[in-house]
Amino acid sequence: MTTAVETVRDEPLTIGGRTFQSRLMVGTGKYPDMDTMVRAIEASGAEVVTVAVRRVNLDRSKESSVLHFLDPNKIFLLANTAGCYTAGDAIRYARLAREAGFNDFVKLEVIGDEETLLPDVAGLLEAAKVLVQEGFKVLAYTNEDLVTALRLEDAGCAAVMPLASPIGSGLGLLNPFSVRTIKRRLHVPVIVDAGVGTASDACMTMEQGVDGILMNTAIAAAQDPVAMAQAMRLATIAGRAAYLAGRMPRREVAMPSSPTRGMLD
Amino acid sequence: MDVVINGERKRVTPGASLLDVLSQLELDPRAVVVEHNRRIVRRPALRDVKVNEGDAIELVHFVGGG
Repeated sequence: MTTAVETVRDEPLTIGGRTFQSRLMVGTGKYPDMDTMVRAIEASGAEVVTVAVRRVNLDRSKESSVLHFLDPNKIFLLANTAGCYTAGDAIRYARLAREAGFNDFVKLEVIGDEETLLPDVAGLLEAAKVLVQEGFKVLAYTNEDLVTALRLEDAGCAAVMPLASPIGSGLGLLNPFSVRTIKRRLHVPVIVDAGVGTASDACMTMEQGVDGILMNTAIAAAQDPVAMAQAMRLATIAGRAAYLAGRMPRREVAMPSSPTRGMLD
Repeated sequence: MDVVINGERKRVTPGASLLDVLSQLELDPRAVVVEHNRRIVRRPALRDVKVNEGDAIELVHFVGGG
């Protein structure tokens, strides 16, 4: 299915010197099976795909690596530090990920709370500074707090990734104002990461003017992940197009669309 | 001689290198990243690093994640 977006004049997304055509990035976790994952990623049109660093299963390693199903020449692998609760752990995971030899990008997560999976912003800043010093292109997963986002930019992060709502919650964009404020104030790309539940969430997020969006569960946990991946692709494009088009002003009273003159007596 | 690989105690041949350990586990060195006593060992150096009794070895790779 093709999408007519020729009327939208947009620029590609550039992060840390790498340029991408798609503004939708997707995760690879929680799919019912690898074949569905591969087809969903393809349907999403995403070029950037996140992966996690974990121990090799010593008994059956060949089946467990996601790289048996993804072609690193076709997609850009973005390793995350998911599951890390300290700056030290996140740095360790990032270094291991880089050693895999694909790129020096990392989606940095330092989690501060098990129930909400909200970021530990102190640990995040600490890890970001170290990793930037080591030459990493750091994409920092953070909450929708402007001051933290500014500090992460100051620390040299290649992109800042405020959440829409907690990881895996599907609650959608809870704080459009804060996300918009972050986008307005930062110079580096702002990619909203986590919390999207369905296509309207993705569209509304992109309408805030952010540079991109990253999601996993919304696609992987849909009844039909491949169909939802396509919906997300279209919603991301639609939201971006609407942002670039510039929405009409809101007003508190109605204004007729049809002429008030020429009515019959 | 025992070492701890990914948290599991494993028996390896005395004098084995990290490359030998991978080969014993039937793992392709190109498909894993090796951490030896908390230090990353790059692929070309795997054959030069010998393991000792009680060493902690972590073998990681990429899995699905968000």
